[in-house]
Amino acid sequence: MDNMNTTQHISHQFNAEMQGLRNHVMSMGGLVEQQIISAVEALQSLDAAKAEKVVRKDHKVNAMEVSIDEECARILARRQPAASDLRMVVAVIKTITDLERIGDEAEKIARMAVHMSEQDSHYHPRYAGVQHLTSHVSSMVHETLDAFARLDVDAALQVLKTDEVVDAEYQAFMRQMITYMMEDPRTISEVLDIVWAARALERIGDHAKNICEYVIYLVKGKDIRHIDIQEVEKDIRS
Amino acid sequence: MSEVNTSIDPSIIHATDNSAAEVCMNVNNLSLYYGDSQALKNISFQMKRNRVTAFIGPSGCGKSTLLRCFNRMNDLVESVRTEGEIILDGKNIYDRDIDITALRQRIGMVFQKPNPFPMSIFENVAYGLRLQGVSRRRVLEEKVQWALKGAALWDEVKSRLDDNALGLSGGQQQRLVIARAIAIEPEILLLDEPASALDPISTLKIEELIYELKSQYTILIVTHNMQQAARVSDETAFMYLGEMVEFGDTNKIFTNPGKKQTEDYITGRYG
Repeated sequence: MDNMNTTQHISHQFNAEMQGLRNHVMSMGGLVEQQIISAVEALQSLDAAKAEKVVRKDHKVNAMEVSIDEECARILARRQPAASDLRMVVAVIKTITDLERIGDEAEKIARMAVHMSEQDSHYHPRYAGVQHLTSHVSSMVHETLDAFARLDVDAALQVLKTDEVVDAEYQAFMRQMITYMMEDPRTISEVLDIVWAARALERIGDHAKNICEYVIYLVKGKDIRHIDIQEVEKDIRS
Repeated sequence: MSEVNTSIDPSIIHATDNSAAEVCMNVNNLSLYYGDSQALKNISFQMKRNRVTAFIGPSGCGKSTLLRCFNRMNDLVESVRTEGEIILDGKNIYDRDIDITALRQRIGMVFQKPNPFPMSIFENVAYGLRLQGVSRRRVLEEKVQWALKGAALWDEVKSRLDDNALGLSGGQQQRLVIARAIAIEPEILLLDEPASALDPISTLKIEELIYELKSQYTILIVTHNMQQAARVSDETAFMYLGEMVEFGDTNKIFTNPGKKQTEDYITGRYG
């Protein structure tokens, strides 16, 4: 059911609480998005200072998760939400867990940047695959947050499809990196750092995909986890 | 690899599987008029045996009127006209040859305000039995004890069965009235806002009682408290302006209702 207007409750206070909840999720999403971008920039430029900043900022993401969790518990206890309101609270609780994990992955990328700069490694042009992954993954996260803000099922479905592309790209990049390491074992340490960063990006894609599944649950009331994408599309359009 | 059983034990989920239940009553195109004004509009649905069905909706939507149709209490109101049918065991309860007293013995009712008679606790519960002609003291004692235990009141009153029932608390009085209703062993229990005048603890006791009674009875409950409907019922009907807007599995109604009107009502939005 597509009746998701959070501002039409008879209780104005409840309207404000639900609206506040969504706003806080969006702020947390915005912060996480910024963390990914900064972490990848730090990796590409091997800028240790910038990377350290990302690592330090992760506690803000964690604190937001805790605070939004408390907000959800308060709404559940005091309002006993039902139907779309209940689905919203459930979806938010799950979404912020994934956002927090995206934050952790960004932190991992930043730590790789710090490590590489300490080892005097180089960000070689052959790591361009990371750039492709990043552009796909950060647009996935952006689209995911948009889908959440607009409760847009079509946009959420699009992200689910993009995740398949990201997974394929990650596999290809891994094969390429394994080839480099076999050809020149001296690069193993450096390439491993890059591989860890690529792995973190791929995981971010998975978390974005999870959030899109919650958006579909929130809007349609259908749990589409662990279902083939073609089936999901058919089910949603039916 | 051996197959892993991932199914959840149904006993840990409150609501039971509705699809497997046997039909207890069939309501077909039921309409009811108070004079010229139509209070129930062409209502049709099926009630499952040994299940709790809740009717929710704003004041004046017809849910109490609908509840009263099941034991023909509306017959007592002048100018009421009923159309359509309610089929119980293959027979329309509105047929001319139906014995209303016998019908009301099969379908017991409990009202919003507990209404114990001004007599002893024992006599309150024994009242219906005496009307049925039961007079042997031992039989009466057994039945009264059974009914009070069934209504989860026995332990609280067993030492003072001869006290006046009006001295009981509101929650106890309501359970006494339920005991009185089940003493004559009806098949169906109609509960019209049975906990609306009670404190939260008494309310929980009544709800627990409803859960226990459904193994023996088919229960219909009208309630203004949506959380209560969500807690106690297996199926929920949402009514609005005399129409049944939506009827279905309680889990579905409270997580993902099919109709916008239902959604607006249970989430407290402007209709």
